[in-house]
Amino acid sequence: MADTDLAVRVRGLSKRYGDHQALDGLDLDVQRGETFALLGPNGAGKTTAVEILEGHRQRDGGEVAVLGADPGTAGLDWRARIGVVLQSGSDSGALSVTELVRHFAGFYPRPRDPDEVIDAVGLREKARTRARSLSGGQRRRLDVALGIVGRPELLFLDEPTTGFDPQARRQFWGLIGSLAEEGTTILLTTHYLDEAEHLADRVGVITSGRMVEVSEPTTLGGRLQATATVRWTDADGRHAERTTTPTALVEQLISRRPGAEVADLEVLRPTLEETYLAMVGDDTTEVAR
Amino acid sequence: MTTTAAATTARDTRPTLARVAANRVGVELRVFFRDGLSVGFIFAFPVVMLVIFGSVFGDQEAGPGVSFVQYFLAGMVATGVMLSSFQNLALSIADERDQGLLKRLHGTPMPPSAYLLGKIGMVLVLGLCQTALTLLTAVVVFDVDLPTEPSRWLTFAWVYLLGTAAGSVLGIGVSALPRSAQEANAVITPIVIVLQFISGVYFVFADLPGWMQSLASVFPLKWMAQGMRSVFLPDSFVSAEPAGQWQHGLMVLVLATWIVVGTALCLRTFRWTRRDAG
Repeated sequence: MADTDLAVRVRGLSKRYGDHQALDGLDLDVQRGETFALLGPNGAGKTTAVEILEGHRQRDGGEVAVLGADPGTAGLDWRARIGVVLQSGSDSGALSVTELVRHFAGFYPRPRDPDEVIDAVGLREKARTRARSLSGGQRRRLDVALGIVGRPELLFLDEPTTGFDPQARRQFWGLIGSLAEEGTTILLTTHYLDEAEHLADRVGVITSGRMVEVSEPTTLGGRLQATATVRWTDADGRHAERTTTPTALVEQLISRRPGAEVADLEVLRPTLEETYLAMVGDDTTEVAR
Repeated sequence: MTTTAAATTARDTRPTLARVAANRVGVELRVFFRDGLSVGFIFAFPVVMLVIFGSVFGDQEAGPGVSFVQYFLAGMVATGVMLSSFQNLALSIADERDQGLLKRLHGTPMPPSAYLLGKIGMVLVLGLCQTALTLLTAVVVFDVDLPTEPSRWLTFAWVYLLGTAAGSVLGIGVSALPRSAQEANAVITPIVIVLQFISGVYFVFADLPGWMQSLASVFPLKWMAQGMRSVFLPDSFVSAEPAGQWQHGLMVLVLATWIVVGTALCLRTFRWTRRDAG
C-alpha cells in the first residue's frame, strides 16, 4: 500500500455517543501536501472525525493512520509533527501573544521563530497584548499561531473562520494559502462553501457521519452539476426544461425560427451552494442558518 | 540537560522534560500573579487574616505563655499551605480544563508530567513566598519571636512538604470532579472555609467540641496546623493540646495516607477535556 503518500488514511471509522451514531463508517484519504476541506452541516460528524484524528477522542471502530501512526496510541514525537487548531479556545487570557507563542515553541524539537510566526498571522502590533484583550478574529489567529509554531507536517483546522468578517476571512485565507505553499498538509473543517472552494485542493462532504462525496471543489456534485436548466419564452408562454445537453436544446430552439432572438433565453447551472444543499438534503435547514 | 539548546538552532529531539517543566513553572507563576482573585484569596489571604485577627485578638491568651497572634500564626501558615496547594490547584485546573487550555496542551508534544511538575513547582514557590511573607508580618507587626533551633525548622520542613504534597495531589484529584470551573468554585471554597473553622485555625483547637475535633482529625489541615504549632509555639503549649503531645508520628501517618488517597484520585480522575466532551 502506498501509504507513504498519505498524510491521513481512514477506513470505516465509527463513533457512537449514547444513541447517536456520530460517525458511521467514514472513509477519508488526505494526500501529503494537499489542503483538504471537510464540509458538512452542524452535527454531521466533522469535529468528531477531526478530534479522533488529532488523538483527542477514542474511536469505536475502523482504521486510522495519521502520518503513519494510530492517533489513539501515538506518542509525543508524533504530536510534534502535527499542529492542532481546535474549534474554540478562551484559555490563557492572562498571557500576551508573544509569551504564548514563545511558550508553545518550547514544546517542539524544531519550532518556527516565534516572532516570525506572530508576523505571519498578522499579530505583530498585538504582540504584547494579553490574549483576553484580543478581538475574536485576532484570538483565532493566535490559535493558528500556536498551531503552526511547531512547524507541523500536518495541520488540523477546525472551523477556523467562524465568526469572521469578510475582510478578516480573506486575510486568513492568505495565511492558510501560504502555509500550504510551504508544503504543509492541511485538513480543515468548515461550513462555508466559499472557504472550501478558495482553499481546498479537494473537498469531502460529510452528512450523518458518512462521506457522501469527495472531489475537487469545482466538480463537487458532478452528477447534479451535469444537469442544466434552459429557460425561454415563446408564443405559448414561459418554458423551463432540465437537460444534460443544453447546447442541443438551444440549437433546436434556434432552428425553429432561424435568425430570430429566442426571447428570455437562459441556461442555468446549479451553483456550488445549490449542489451542496441538494447533497446534504435534510440537513439544509441547519446550513442555511 | 547538557546542551544549551538555543531555540533558533535545529534540534532533532524534543526539549528535555526539565526544560519544559521549568518553562511551565514560569508561566504558571505569571498567570497566577496576574489574576487578582488568586493573589487576594490565595496568596495574600494569610497575611491579611493575620493582620486583622492579630489586631483584634492579639493580646488575648491562647494558652500558657502563648498569645493569640502566636497561635494564629501557626494556623495561618498551615492555611497558606492548603490554599497554595489544594485550593489553588483544584480551581486553576478546573478552570484550565473548562477554558480549553488542557485540551490545547494535550495537542502538543508537551509531556503530561511537565504540566504536573509545572503546577507543583508553582505551588512550592508560591507557598514558600507566602509563608515567608506571613512570618515576616508576624515578626514586624506583632513582635512574634520565631524559633531559632534547627530541629524546629526541620519539623517545619517536613510538615510543609507533606502538607504541600497532600494538598497538591488532592487539589489535582478533585479538580476533575466538578463539571465546570464555576461549579468548582462553589464546591471547593466552602470546603476550605469549613476546614479552617473546625481544624483549630481561628479557634484554639482544645476549645472546640469533641465531635468537631474528631471530624477535623480526619482531614489534613488539622494535622498541618498542629504540626506548625509544634514549630512556632513553645513546648509548654503542648499541655494545651487535647492529646497532650504533638503527635508527630500520627501526623506523618495521616498526611501520608492523604497523599496516597490523593494520588489514586489523580490517576482515576485526571482528564484533558471537559467531562461533557465525550
